[in-house]
Amino acid sequence: MTAPNGTDPPLLYPDYRSSVRRAPARSLVTLPATPTELTGPVFGDRAVGPLDHDLTRQHDGEPLGERIVVHGQVRDADGRPVPHSLVEIWQANSAGRYAHQVDRHPAPLDPNFTGAGRCLTDDQGRFRFITVKPGAYPWRNHDNAWRPAHIHFSLFGRAFTQRLVTQMYFPGDPLFAQDPIFNSVPEAARPLLICRFDLSETVPEWALAYRFDIVLGGRYATPFEEGDR
Amino acid sequence: MRTPSQTVGPFFGFALPWPDGPHVVPPGTPGGFWLRGRVLDGDGRPVPDALVETWQADPDGRLDNGFRDDGGFRGFGRCPTDEAGAFALHTVKPGRVADRAGRLQAPHLAVSVFSRGLLNRVVTRVYFADEPAANAEDPVLATVDPDRRDTLLARPDGDGYTFDIRLQGEHETVFFDLA
Repeated sequence: MTAPNGTDPPLLYPDYRSSVRRAPARSLVTLPATPTELTGPVFGDRAVGPLDHDLTRQHDGEPLGERIVVHGQVRDADGRPVPHSLVEIWQANSAGRYAHQVDRHPAPLDPNFTGAGRCLTDDQGRFRFITVKPGAYPWRNHDNAWRPAHIHFSLFGRAFTQRLVTQMYFPGDPLFAQDPIFNSVPEAARPLLICRFDLSETVPEWALAYRFDIVLGGRYATPFEEGDR
Repeated sequence: MRTPSQTVGPFFGFALPWPDGPHVVPPGTPGGFWLRGRVLDGDGRPVPDALVETWQADPDGRLDNGFRDDGGFRGFGRCPTDEAGAFALHTVKPGRVADRAGRLQAPHLAVSVFSRGLLNRVVTRVYFADEPAANAEDPVLATVDPDRRDTLLARPDGDGYTFDIRLQGEHETVFFDLA
């Protein structure tokens, strides 16, 4: 059994207005994971193209903005690397605008930036993306609300139990204090959402680097357990 | 410490869906059907910015830890909702899978729902209303309040089944906490 994840936000967090009519009101029913949940889609190399990890090379020209490397390691709750698992990211451009029809923020779109990437973790659970630093952007949650700069992450791990969608933030952002999505997470766990500047992975005269390590909860089926069922 | 969850937000539509994501099985697969439904909020309004994902055994009850990319059964489906909150997945009915205690479960799909406003995914299951005998002995359904079990039943409808997901309010779908 895995202990409840004390780092997750509650489903209902009224300061985040959209949660009020969407968060379930009834108690969740405890489901001891069965083989259905202890397995999951593990994607092969064919799921990812050779340039999918490089968001700066998906168009004819280079996007505007501060070029950055974002890398890290995915581990499970016992500290073991999670190899060969799909990582998806998406983000606003350097001006704080998403390449999405619903985004009405009057900041420029960048014809050389879509803002979506994917890769598979290597045999040590490591991933590496090249992108540009996203801009902050306003939203209508409360008066003069702004989202801190962030990159969305989607991870599959090795089983349905490990599925995680989260957001990565940048160190020292002055917008943290007024952002209900960031602050919905218990205070002690908020630093887990912030990448750290990583001088060692910086590429001289080309790009700064940030490291974001990710820990997935949830059990998965070991070969022993699969044979045991 | 585990990395906390955050909402998928409203702007994933250009990044996460892929064209044949809703096809757990390809068109023309024997036994294939459409599982259709809507995601609704606490006011009964459609949720137009949700992402529904499913994972299931194949018709023989096999659960390979993998995504078969050979043009056949995939196990995994992903579909964003449209402006009416509607999603549709093309799949087959899974076989029965035992739980860890060896008790046979009824045919079911594991479901994750992500959306703006959900700070974490919510997890539910699709069972099938036309499997009453199997459902009656399912060890997970047995833990659910009998008055709420019907929120987990997909109902035969035309060329498939209908399964609405009510995030909140009257007839709120049963959601699970994985342990």
